[in-house]
Amino acid sequence: MHKSILLMLVLLVPGTVPASGAAYDYPFVNAYEATVLGTPSIYMPPLPEEIPREDDMITIFPERRIPDLFWYSEGLRFSLVAQEKPAPLIFVVAGTGGDYRSGKVKLLQKAFYQAGFHVLSLSSPTHPNFIIHASATSIPGHVVEDSRDIYRVMQLAYGKVQERIVVTQFHITGYSLGAVHAAFVAQMDAREKVFGIQKVLMVNPPVNLYNSVDILDRMLTDNPASDSPEEARRFVDYFMTLFAETYERTQALTFEGDFLYEMYKTRPPEEEKLGVLIGVSFRFASRDLIFTADVMTKAGYVVPADRELSSVDSLTPYFKVLGQTGFTDYYSELFLPFFQDRYPGLTDPALREQMSLRGIEGFLRRNHNVGLLHNADDVIMAPGEIDYLKEVFGDRARIYPTGGHCGNMAHHEVLASIVGFFTDRGGRWEEIQ
Amino acid sequence: MMRAANWRNPLLCFAACLLVLTALEVPAAAGAPVKRPAEAYVDPSAQYPVDVYDPWEGFNRGVYRLNYYLDYYLLLPAVDVYEFVVPTFARRGIHNFLRNLNEPRNFVNSLLQGRAEGCVNAVMRFTLNTSLGIGGLLDPATPAGYRRRDEDFGQTLGVWGMGPGPYLVLPMLGPSSLRDGSGLAADMAFYNWWTDMIIESASGSGKKRDLIRYGLFVQDAVDTRSALDFRYFETGSPFEYELVRFLYSKWREFEIRY
Repeated sequence: MHKSILLMLVLLVPGTVPASGAAYDYPFVNAYEATVLGTPSIYMPPLPEEIPREDDMITIFPERRIPDLFWYSEGLRFSLVAQEKPAPLIFVVAGTGGDYRSGKVKLLQKAFYQAGFHVLSLSSPTHPNFIIHASATSIPGHVVEDSRDIYRVMQLAYGKVQERIVVTQFHITGYSLGAVHAAFVAQMDAREKVFGIQKVLMVNPPVNLYNSVDILDRMLTDNPASDSPEEARRFVDYFMTLFAETYERTQALTFEGDFLYEMYKTRPPEEEKLGVLIGVSFRFASRDLIFTADVMTKAGYVVPADRELSSVDSLTPYFKVLGQTGFTDYYSELFLPFFQDRYPGLTDPALREQMSLRGIEGFLRRNHNVGLLHNADDVIMAPGEIDYLKEVFGDRARIYPTGGHCGNMAHHEVLASIVGFFTDRGGRWEEIQ
Repeated sequence: MMRAANWRNPLLCFAACLLVLTALEVPAAAGAPVKRPAEAYVDPSAQYPVDVYDPWEGFNRGVYRLNYYLDYYLLLPAVDVYEFVVPTFARRGIHNFLRNLNEPRNFVNSLLQGRAEGCVNAVMRFTLNTSLGIGGLLDPATPAGYRRRDEDFGQTLGVWGMGPGPYLVLPMLGPSSLRDGSGLAADMAFYNWWTDMIIESASGSGKKRDLIRYGLFVQDAVDTRSALDFRYFETGSPFEYELVRFLYSKWREFEIRY
């Protein structure tokens, strides 16, 4: 009797209860702190220090002329972590602006390798290297088109490493925007069956891309730090001082590992400042993205269309202009006109709708091998979006109460869920201990 | 033939001048109109966080690119061989040894900066590591509470109130400034002076001294590179030059202030 009531309760609140029995002791209850500080090492599970990671490169469009400015970028880069024996392969897609060896990708590589998987990691289609070499339009942000590009890259990359590994089955995962790509790619693969992808895990995806970038833009623009260069300098000084205080206190200096956590312990930064920090780091990503897209397509957005930049030209003026250009500006001034030009009759709301998980809702509902991992306090979600995901995914959603945007990915409990999703036969969490 | 060369040369000069000029001019001033021109979005009188005094930017960017090639074709392969051939504990020892040779520099600069604890720190480190640490191969000073603290002449000049001057990318060595580059030259002269004294008193021969000197130099370059995680263009950002320049100047500000 008791048991069945308990079971009823668990079924009634699908996904809100993390793995039964296991303690979810993630330390930051503030979503901004979680997003910025991530997971301190004491909350991380033991992971291998060294894994057999090989970086590799492919050419997607042999005819494409790469502008001189990007002379250092010779091809699309990706990496393979290979098992010696036959094993399933997991494709990992990085989040916005992230490349195939960003911190979170490396974290997943280690965890998956430890659990016996091959791992093939790809940069986000929003990363300059991808825009230059692998984006068909070089105007990134359109999740359907970008996923099409990823799918093409997956085939070429796998083709290149095929002889080195024996693959038993294929899975895909991604975090943040990469999670959205993973789902769209899986949906394409369900139709085209190149890989026969078995399981898809989405970690902290946005529902509607436009909503999320708007939220991220605002973290910066709604703050005085973006009002003037003076305010921006004051903001830099604030963190310089905090950095110095931490140094005085710990006498150690490193950007690695727990230094941010030490900074936090010295003096927790105000939530507003953390919001700006998230906004700034997003702007760094959007600045690189917009600039690369502009140069690649000669769109005349910030760089004159007839100007061929070289490696000795100053880019600082463009850096400054794009410091005041949000992703939403890119959307309305470059992205939307570009796609309206391509697809006459395309409206703004229709385009926004295409950049949303709602476009593949049916696939997400039907497909029982698609799992979702999210945080109730994720800072990039618009009101109601977490509830929407809970409703769509049902018992395939696991929502943690805290963690912000991807802040808890390295937490032992969360990482166990991520790995468990793939090691478990059914691809459902209730069967995992 | 003669004639051709005559009119060709000035043309080449002119082309070269143009090249230099294009490297220096404000990009937004030229070319087709853009949707977001710098004139409309950038306040020329304001000081942005990314702004670092960089009048030789064209040259610096050229050297930055050159450094990539030096790194890729010379330093990194050397590091790879070094790390493959020399076992970790030996590399550790060499690293400690070379760092220990910097303690006299740290001492002199702490002295010039009027930082007594810095002087004590350098003296304690040098004596402990040279004696107990077997000529500097081990670093017993750190566990004894005397952590490595680098002080160079560029910092000393900064402490005396001298600004960094123009940003300067040095071949092989990377980001610097006119002040820090000059400071580096002074530090190197000092290093050569006192190590020469020791080498000469030990071996006596000038030829041997030069050999040891070059050996130390190459070893230092490989060891330093091996300890650095940085790879050129690994950020993937088209603005890497700006980011490195910003971080370098902030880092130096920090080192001088604390």
